[in-house]
Amino acid sequence: MKLGKSTREAFGLALAKLGAEHPDVVVLDGDVHNSTRTDFFAKKFPERFFNVGIAESDLVGVAAGMAASGKRAWLASFACFITCNAYDQLRMSVAFPALDVKVVGTHAGISIGEDGPSQMGIEDVSLACSLPGFTVVVPADEPSMLEAVPALARTKTPAYLRAGRPNVPVIYEKGCPFQLGKAIQLRDGKDVTIIANGLMVSAALEAAEQLAGQGIQARVLDMHTVKPLDDAAVLAAARDTGRIVVAEEHLLHGGLGSAVAMSAARQQPVPMRFVAIRDTFAESGPPEALLKKYGLTAADIVREVKELARPR
Amino acid sequence: MPATTPTVNLADLKAKAKVIRKEIIESTTTAGSGHPTSSLSGVEIATALYFGGILRYKPKEPHWPQRDRFILSKGHAAPLLYAVLAEAGYFSPELLPTLRKLDSPLEGHPNMRRLPGVEASTGSLGQGLSLGIGHALATRMDGYDSRVYVMMGDGEQDEGQVWEAAMAAKKFQLDHLTGIVDQNGYQQTGHTAEVLDLNPLAPRWEAFGWATREINGNDMAEALDALNWARQVKGRPSVIIARTVKGYPIQNLLTKDPNHHGKPLTPEEAKAAIAEIMGAKD
Repeated sequence: MKLGKSTREAFGLALAKLGAEHPDVVVLDGDVHNSTRTDFFAKKFPERFFNVGIAESDLVGVAAGMAASGKRAWLASFACFITCNAYDQLRMSVAFPALDVKVVGTHAGISIGEDGPSQMGIEDVSLACSLPGFTVVVPADEPSMLEAVPALARTKTPAYLRAGRPNVPVIYEKGCPFQLGKAIQLRDGKDVTIIANGLMVSAALEAAEQLAGQGIQARVLDMHTVKPLDDAAVLAAARDTGRIVVAEEHLLHGGLGSAVAMSAARQQPVPMRFVAIRDTFAESGPPEALLKKYGLTAADIVREVKELARPR
Repeated sequence: MPATTPTVNLADLKAKAKVIRKEIIESTTTAGSGHPTSSLSGVEIATALYFGGILRYKPKEPHWPQRDRFILSKGHAAPLLYAVLAEAGYFSPELLPTLRKLDSPLEGHPNMRRLPGVEASTGSLGQGLSLGIGHALATRMDGYDSRVYVMMGDGEQDEGQVWEAAMAAKKFQLDHLTGIVDQNGYQQTGHTAEVLDLNPLAPRWEAFGWATREINGNDMAEALDALNWARQVKGRPSVIIARTVKGYPIQNLLTKDPNHHGKPLTPEEAKAAIAEIMGAKD
């Protein structure tokens, strides 16, 4: 897989395109537009771009007020700051009145690297899923992000969209058949299903390739939408393959793994394993080294699949 | 919709304020819970806004895009907002006794999705001014001359978000945004000056770049005058520091607990309070 743009850059490009198509789209920034890449929009539409300073609580409130007066408000900041610092504002000013505010958290996960744990959003998906009425989307690559933005723009309800810092492999070279709430099957297999999102999708494909060489056929699903979850895809995975491994660049608790486990438990319980960050903060370091140290690689997925495949 | 009338009858406004106070006390006593004293302190400001020719609104068209906005950031004063909205014609005053009851849209704190005229769902203090900025930016983009009013508590000034918003409103030169601080001197557990002393408050707002005016917020003429002053401010947002009395004008009935925060009057107290309010000469 060739390396493509980061999902944050793809988000910025998609947002600028959206701005050209819809004059009622406004973008709000907490003084990180050159990191979140809302600067693409800002340069094209300065009259619809508002930098409120380093003030995430106000950022969310202003976006909510604009949405309440009929604008389509998009706001972006680092995943950890926007979900953790401004959580009450997301809850009371956006979720409770169900306003059309799209919240974008960039620099999610530990793959931001050297800046370290204070900047790493590792709980953002869990927090966003706990906001009633929020749609939660974690695109895997540049083409899927380019589709996720307009897809979310077609909804009138709040959403959280997660984006990463590093450039990531292109999974959808011919474009992504993105539909909100619908998993994309990237590979079929009968022995196990690997359900992943974000940058763990490419790791899942790599793992599936390795497993095939060892006689284990893995289905791979890109579960870009964590909420609402594609229950049908989970049920099919449980029925067809009998085992599920979930992989995400997020804390074990409250992320994609939790959502898939609830879905499987309700519909058809099967043995499951989880590749995720284990109840810990990470540290500073090169992204690849961090992903290895904290257990978020293809090798980690392969190991969990083999654990599951052992005779019980 | 009340048009801007050059000659507002103060006596009519004061009579309206009495009715609103009566409804605040009745609804909270019927509910058996709520914040009557936090509601009573802001009655003159809210009455002057809605019935003194200040706020432009259409009760039968609550989402009229060109309307002025009133955001009650101190959401626990919901009984005040509900009484004013009922008197303004957004819904029947017959709904007021359903305050805080199951299936009633008159929830303990305002819910904009359930009741016409409610511009914001509030109750988590500190959030209303940011919402007001959003409305002010949006209406300016649309080319409307709508004005936005946000009523906060003085205890609410403890919240950092208020000051984040204060800085942003100044940056965006929102001269169609007016903050109102209902400075009744109390917050949940005691005097604001003892819990977290923010005095002097007006110079703080001045320092944040806002045009500032201090008034006796329980004086109808002063309230009306200050709201008219705010409309003349150009180039920057304005704030009215309204010094009020918590529980006005029945504070003398509450001598055992002048704060009387978050609890209704007993039926006997309510009877005496309403008699005092309706019997007052002013």
